[in-house]
Amino acid sequence: MIRTPLRPLARILDARDKGENPDAIERENIRIRHEQMRDQARQRAEGRLLVLGMFFVVAFSVVGLRMGLLATSEPQEPRVDGPGAQIHAARADIVDRHGSLLATNFDTHALYAQPPQMIDPVHAAQELAKIFPDLDAAELLEDFTGTRKFLWIKRKLSPEQMQAVHEIGDPGLLFATRDMRLYPNGQLAAHVLGGASFGKEGVTAAEVIGVAGVEKYFDDYLRDPANGSKPLQLSLDLTVQAAAEQVLYGGMKLMNAKGATSILMDVHTGEVVSVVSLPTFDPNKRPQPAVSGAASDSPLFNRSVQGVYELGSTFKIFTVAQAMDLGLVTPETIIDTKGPLRWGRHRIRDFRHYGNEMSVTKVIVKSSNIGTARLAQEIGVERQRAFLGKLGMLETTGFEIVEAATGRPLLPPNWSELSTMTISYGHGLSTSPMHLAAGYAAIANGGYKVQPTILKTENPPKGERVFSEASSKASMRMLRQVVTEGTASFGEVAGYAVAGKTGTADKPGSRGGYYEDKVIATFASVFPAHDPKYVLIVTLDEPVETTGDEPRRTAGWTAVPVAAEMIRRVAPLLGLRPTVEPLAVSDIKLTSN
Amino acid sequence: MTEMVYGAVPVRDGEPILPKWWRTIDKWSMSCVLILFCVGLLLGLAASPPLAAKNGFEAFHYVQRQALFGTFALIAMLITSMMSPTLVRRLAVLGFVAAFVALALLPFFGTDFGKGAVRWYGLGFASVQPSEFLKPGFVVVAAWMMAASADLNGPPGKTWSFVLCISIVLMLALQPDFGQACLVLFGWGVMYFIAGAPMVLLVGMAALAVLGGTIAYANSEHFARRIDGFLSADVDPTTQLGYATNAIQEGGFFGVGVGEGQVKWSLPDAHTDFIIAVAAEEYGLILVLVIIALYASVVVRSLMRLVRERDPFIRLAGTGLACMLGVQAMINMGVAVRLLPAKGMTLPFVSYGGSSVIASGIAVGMLLAFTRTRPQGEISDLLSRGRSR
Repeated sequence: MIRTPLRPLARILDARDKGENPDAIERENIRIRHEQMRDQARQRAEGRLLVLGMFFVVAFSVVGLRMGLLATSEPQEPRVDGPGAQIHAARADIVDRHGSLLATNFDTHALYAQPPQMIDPVHAAQELAKIFPDLDAAELLEDFTGTRKFLWIKRKLSPEQMQAVHEIGDPGLLFATRDMRLYPNGQLAAHVLGGASFGKEGVTAAEVIGVAGVEKYFDDYLRDPANGSKPLQLSLDLTVQAAAEQVLYGGMKLMNAKGATSILMDVHTGEVVSVVSLPTFDPNKRPQPAVSGAASDSPLFNRSVQGVYELGSTFKIFTVAQAMDLGLVTPETIIDTKGPLRWGRHRIRDFRHYGNEMSVTKVIVKSSNIGTARLAQEIGVERQRAFLGKLGMLETTGFEIVEAATGRPLLPPNWSELSTMTISYGHGLSTSPMHLAAGYAAIANGGYKVQPTILKTENPPKGERVFSEASSKASMRMLRQVVTEGTASFGEVAGYAVAGKTGTADKPGSRGGYYEDKVIATFASVFPAHDPKYVLIVTLDEPVETTGDEPRRTAGWTAVPVAAEMIRRVAPLLGLRPTVEPLAVSDIKLTSN
Repeated sequence: MTEMVYGAVPVRDGEPILPKWWRTIDKWSMSCVLILFCVGLLLGLAASPPLAAKNGFEAFHYVQRQALFGTFALIAMLITSMMSPTLVRRLAVLGFVAAFVALALLPFFGTDFGKGAVRWYGLGFASVQPSEFLKPGFVVVAAWMMAASADLNGPPGKTWSFVLCISIVLMLALQPDFGQACLVLFGWGVMYFIAGAPMVLLVGMAALAVLGGTIAYANSEHFARRIDGFLSADVDPTTQLGYATNAIQEGGFFGVGVGEGQVKWSLPDAHTDFIIAVAAEEYGLILVLVIIALYASVVVRSLMRLVRERDPFIRLAGTGLACMLGVQAMINMGVAVRLLPAKGMTLPFVSYGGSSVIASGIAVGMLLAFTRTRPQGEISDLLSRGRSR
């Protein structure tokens, strides 16, 4: 840039010659220079001012826009959580197969405090401690006078407690509305229902989430507002469930057992009409999970699906049914039962000696381990394994309560021929009573696999055929004879033609081996035998019957009478009329032949 | 103006003051400011009764006081706007010196009113916050220095003004009053930007501001708590922000109705820092948008008028004042909608506060004085076009 000097020499000299003040020239030049600079600065500032103006327009627009967004969004009470989905407290009811309420919701209130709004914290703390004896006045006062601005005091209030808090009259004590899960039947079906607790909590509502049982398994369904609070209908029958629990509880006490479970299942649909596990609890006040001791000692433990036991001789009928289905034997085939049966270093014995040979029917009726093991030898490892797999004995049951997923059968690590022989009479393979119920349902319904379910199902598709109708019929006749002339003679209930099989398994000790005096006694029964409708499993944990000379622990003396009493009570409730059992037609044929 | 810069004898203007004032003042901006003041009184009617009840006064005690102070403020604004830029500059420099001394003496004679920061002088009937008066004074002084530095053989005004700015910022940060400190820093930055700051320096300064904020966050609990409250995604329901957000949502488009709002009962600062929340709740989005539009038009109109300004001092001082006003309003409203971290910043003219409203009045008076229409050498521009010098 070419700039004229402030004191151009030629003009200065010229001015001096003329006698003018040369400073005037400098001043004039400075003025012109300033004008130039000022114009430059102004041009530059023009652009920058426009940028600044734009910035303000944009910034104010952003504030306005944000204000608009906020103003058009839904107002809600300030919450502890961040903005997100609203809390849906609505939870569908749970009803039994006839529509009776098993679980419902109840409007209640939670109590919270806003200490800054309190008038008299000392009085409030004292009065609260009087209303709720578990609260400590000193601690409350500390909270009320400290820096806290918000605290929950009680999660659930009864109307009386709420009125009492009202009467304290402190504006800093406030109530939040709550939907509380209520189980009006108390302990009934506790293990099926499980329980619920609060999830996300807000001032206007709190989420109710299932913590166990169907409440947890169907949590998404129950909480889904799209279902329009349509209740979840279970297959349970409330009256049958009540009767079953009562009988089983009495039986458990009489037989001095430490636990018991029973399952009543429809043999065709797999619907579980009643399922009991004792000891039980109240889902309204669900106890804390046990932190010490065996999990199975906690009342929360659901023996029907979580308790995997070696169920003993009840398994024999599966072996016999398969042997008949494969055409290896007929009910009259004579089996060598000379004991003990040696296999390597192992010996298989019977409870008592029943003679050196007997028919297949007798093997079941007398419950011969040796006879069953011989049949298993004939069947072989692979075929037995495939058969039990088809019956669903090797996987979890898929029963719709969350605990069922933990009831995985315990298989032998190496399924040898010896395993096959022991499994044939129910040792070496541990399953839950629910597995057993499903297996017996298949025996009873003509050979179709059954999927146990807790939901009411009208006409479920028939399961896969596991064995033939004829084998099923023949097995049922044998099971009937177990009751009429075998180990389960106490199981006879007039008019209901009970069929079934006992099983007494020594409990495995905690350090390997088996206890001598602790058993799991099981009676797997089907009734009525001539037209099977229901299967009932009764399992007692460590029963001992002491009315005789020596303590008796076998299922015939313990589980069978309990099951019989239960059938006597629940069969009329299930709508079954007592009938006269038709004479076994095949028996007549056999004799005429 | 030219005469002023060169120190020549000022020529007395023959035209009477008032007609000339009316002819040259920016009437639109002035109307906007008057409307804002009225809105402030209206919201004071809504927001201050809870405070009055708490302090044992009659319901509209604070509204009356605000009206009184507002009248003073309007008078101050009108008088200031009638002054010539030279007179404004002289008085502003005197005022700046007084405010600066007052600010420096604050730690010894000030009071904190139990709010955790020593910012006020209690005068019995009213409280004065010197920083409010310091801001417009500082803008004028800094503009003067920067403009002078542009002259041939001028003083290094940009450096001087920067030193002054930093010392004020430090004093404010020690109170602590980070909001005002940011505002002063911002005002200086804007003026420096208009005065022709190199781009590299602007970027560097932005980085420095971030650094300073980080240090403040690390060392000041007061500051850190507010930033944390902003950064956390959850609004604690019992914080001021939680209540403010809720109030805006409750208000919707048309508000819950006059006197029906609830937020003023929960917020301790409903009549000052969060008055926009009261406005949003009782009168709805409509009034909030009107308020935003009023501030935006004052700021943008002033800036557009200054685009044509020939005198660098007037341009710089006007820009600084307009931007400070705009940014203060923006920060206040930005906090309420959670765009910005919480800071104690009043909404000029609308918020309750004696010294705040008077200081705002003086500042806007100066702005109006600077944006008055005056000959900008258009004719000489036309004549000089094509003429080579």
